[in-house]
Amino acid sequence: MTIPSMNRRAFGKTALSSIALMAISPRLALAADWDAVLAEARGQTVYWHAWGGDTKINDFIAFIGAQAQERHGVTLEHVKLASTADAVARVLAERDAGQTSGGAVDLIWINGENFAAMKEQGLLFGPFAEALPNWPLVDTAGKPATVTDFTLPTEGYESPWAMAQFVFEYDSALLAAPPRTLAALKDWIKANPGRFTYPQPPDYLGVTFLKQVLYGVMADPSALQAPADDAGYEAAVAPLWAFLDEIHPLLWREAKAFPENEPALGQLFADGEISISFAFNPGRASAEIAAGNLPDTVRSFVLEGGTIGNASFVAIPFNAAHQAGAQVIANLILDPAIQAAAQDPATLGFQTVLNLAALTPEDRARFDALELGVATLSPADLGPVLLEPHASWIVRIGADWAKRYGVAP
Amino acid sequence: MSPAARLVTLSPWALGLGLTLPIAAGLAGTIAPALRGQGFAALADWPGLPGAVALSLGTGLVSTLVALAVTLLLIGCLQGTAGFALLRRVLSPLLALPHAAAALGLAFLIAPSGWIARALSPWATGWSQPPDLLILNDPLGLALTAGLIAKEVPFLLLMALAALPQADAPRRARIAASLGYGRAMGFALTTLPALYRALRLPVFAVLAYGMTNVDMAAILGPSLPPTLAVQITDWMTDPGLAHLPTAAAAALLQLALVAAAIALWCLAERGLAPALPALALRGMRGRTLDPALAALTKALGGAIAFGLFAGLAGLALWSFAGLWQFPDALPDSLTLKTWAKAAPDLAATSLTTLAIACAASLAALALTLAVLEAEARRARPLRIEPLIYLPLILPQIAFLPGLQVLALTLLGAKGNAAIVAVAHLLFVLPYVWLSLAPAYRGWDSRIGLAAASLGTSPARIFWTLRLPMLLAPVLTALAVGVAVSVGQYLPSLMLGGGRVETLTTEALALASGGNRRLIGATALLQMVLPAMAFALALALPRLVYANRRAMLARQEAG
Repeated sequence: MTIPSMNRRAFGKTALSSIALMAISPRLALAADWDAVLAEARGQTVYWHAWGGDTKINDFIAFIGAQAQERHGVTLEHVKLASTADAVARVLAERDAGQTSGGAVDLIWINGENFAAMKEQGLLFGPFAEALPNWPLVDTAGKPATVTDFTLPTEGYESPWAMAQFVFEYDSALLAAPPRTLAALKDWIKANPGRFTYPQPPDYLGVTFLKQVLYGVMADPSALQAPADDAGYEAAVAPLWAFLDEIHPLLWREAKAFPENEPALGQLFADGEISISFAFNPGRASAEIAAGNLPDTVRSFVLEGGTIGNASFVAIPFNAAHQAGAQVIANLILDPAIQAAAQDPATLGFQTVLNLAALTPEDRARFDALELGVATLSPADLGPVLLEPHASWIVRIGADWAKRYGVAP
Repeated sequence: MSPAARLVTLSPWALGLGLTLPIAAGLAGTIAPALRGQGFAALADWPGLPGAVALSLGTGLVSTLVALAVTLLLIGCLQGTAGFALLRRVLSPLLALPHAAAALGLAFLIAPSGWIARALSPWATGWSQPPDLLILNDPLGLALTAGLIAKEVPFLLLMALAALPQADAPRRARIAASLGYGRAMGFALTTLPALYRALRLPVFAVLAYGMTNVDMAAILGPSLPPTLAVQITDWMTDPGLAHLPTAAAAALLQLALVAAAIALWCLAERGLAPALPALALRGMRGRTLDPALAALTKALGGAIAFGLFAGLAGLALWSFAGLWQFPDALPDSLTLKTWAKAAPDLAATSLTTLAIACAASLAALALTLAVLEAEARRARPLRIEPLIYLPLILPQIAFLPGLQVLALTLLGAKGNAAIVAVAHLLFVLPYVWLSLAPAYRGWDSRIGLAAASLGTSPARIFWTLRLPMLLAPVLTALAVGVAVSVGQYLPSLMLGGGRVETLTTEALALASGGNRRLIGATALLQMVLPAMAFALALALPRLVYANRRAMLARQEAG
């Protein structure tokens, strides 16, 4: 899976008020409004711009399309992107060309930096998410990442569709006991030179690894939830650079090359070039085993103290030609049957955004019936979810990483 | 003047405006607004700049030099032998192999966990786990250079073969041989000067491509720092849009670098030009050189064909593979799962791709023929010719975003296949021109003169003499056009608004996911369409001239 990109942008300007969030929903009027949306959506073709690099995800989007056609008469076209930024650039180009309606992009799979950029530039339609009929099922309390995208409140401008959490992967046939703390991971890397690496920042997964390290080495990780201030930044991140300086000579290719992104890292793992890998999807390993891409001895693990987690969203551009249809799709994705299908490792293995306690017994049974797969940790074993740090940290860490390691000596 | 003749006369104008207007508008749209920021300052601050510039220049120049040398060796040492016919047959369809697929195939071949290592492990190497060796993405860009060489030799070879008949190669070779010259020396002294003149522009295109390509550099090249082109694309597609000024400044620098590299090349040409006459004056026959050179050429040509083919075969095998772990030389199991899943998308996407490719290449061919005919009738060289190469030399990422805004402003949001075909025309045209112009200009104009003196109209000379006699190069140019169109990624994506799905947009979206099985499947399919075009280009002249063997020999001299 992809989380479109990491968050490098400062957006201090966005003054937010949770009061505004509360004020949106006089729910009584909604039912009639929603019927109007459904009526308008019928017969529309929604162009969903989403990363097309994973067949499992592509198949799942096709499945959503079939459901949309059957239930609501909405046709879904998946516009397969190599990078979410392409869709953002398209909307921007349309705005620059003065096209304020009838735009080509109806729905974007988005989060983090792309969302921040579009929201800041006023390129998004909404707020719409909290008005969706399935919204009350979303676990906003238990999964705060569904309404906070990299510390930026979503304010209804995007609707969540899957949860992701950072997990490590290893082959239990080759490695009996994986390291469960950051210090143990460092020792393992030293004992096994050349068998660990991370995607090159600014790739989101590589940056997520840096954030994960930061959580482990910082004296006070709670500072990550506030903007990075000039006074404390250098001292706060010094342990991160010390950690990297220590492990880099012992990484894959002695850190003279890095894999490009999550799939490239996964390929190195599948090829046996590295022995411990990681992903931003707890179900990835099981899904890859099911697809015959990894041996069935692969398992996953998390660090004591928790790993970073966030949510993926869909958003609608301000000039989308089929805003009604796009809302219908956003709502359909929150349908318990669809969410249960997404969590099935045979299809995707994504974690649901719904609050299982809020579901009807039949819907909850769909989730209870899921076989998580041999390599997937149970929700209890996944441990605590660490929140994404404030974007300002990422901006500076990304720039500093490039300065320190971006040009080989 | 008949309407058709008027069209021919006006065609150079149409060509010049049709090329410069969109490119100028695109450049203005991309670069001008972006330059309002602190682009150049930010670029100068980037610590990777010297490395990236050196890489772009180094990989571009070295790969072009070696690819040209290999091409000339192939023609000079092996032409006319059975080995050459085989190599030619093997290399021509590889022209259709998309760059990204070639790079991925090569990467799988030579990586420490790749096919070669798998085939030798553990019995010969003792490796049960892939060794930690920096072969791919090496800091000097050697893997990238090798990939570029392998990919460009088929192109240069095809261009050289198209130009050979005009270089009057067989007769010159015979004369050189009768004077006692060895094969290679004879080629260098007699055919090379004429051949090189025809190859110059393709060589510049290869040089510019080597310096500005993104697909191959991203897969095979280093990343600390990457080449300038890769870094520009990263900045251009940065979601924060904060790096657009830097990207625009870097695009200008890229442009200057390409111009500098071409200037450097021209200087080197000038410096080396006296070498051949000097060599000729010494009267060396060089017959003893032939065996060694032939062996070297066979080794180089064989290595390139092996690299491309084995890489492609590796990807093809991946598309049928179940679990395939290191150090297994072959997959555990074979399955049709990948193909079964990909099949439904296939038909529609292939049709769109084919329709766009045919439209763009036919339009490019018509325009090229009209302009070349106008040139022939004026009997003066065209001043607009350098313009034709603009789309090859300018980095695509520098003017496509601006072009996209322009298309949106003029035509509205609906990206459709027609707009994409028009955008493809920009990039198809130079290649069609490159492969056709030498043959067209080299046509023996005395034939036309004789016909004209018998009262034949220029139009009739064109349709009944020139065109039939040039059938093979015309069809080859068309096939090259189809191959180029099928391989276009950024124009399809940007002007299609993501709604026009071609095999290449599909393949690159998949490549970003690194799934070798699917990449293998789409790479094969991407090859099928252009390969069919090349097969037609080879077969049709044989069919048409089935009972005119001399025509065939003339068209395929060599």
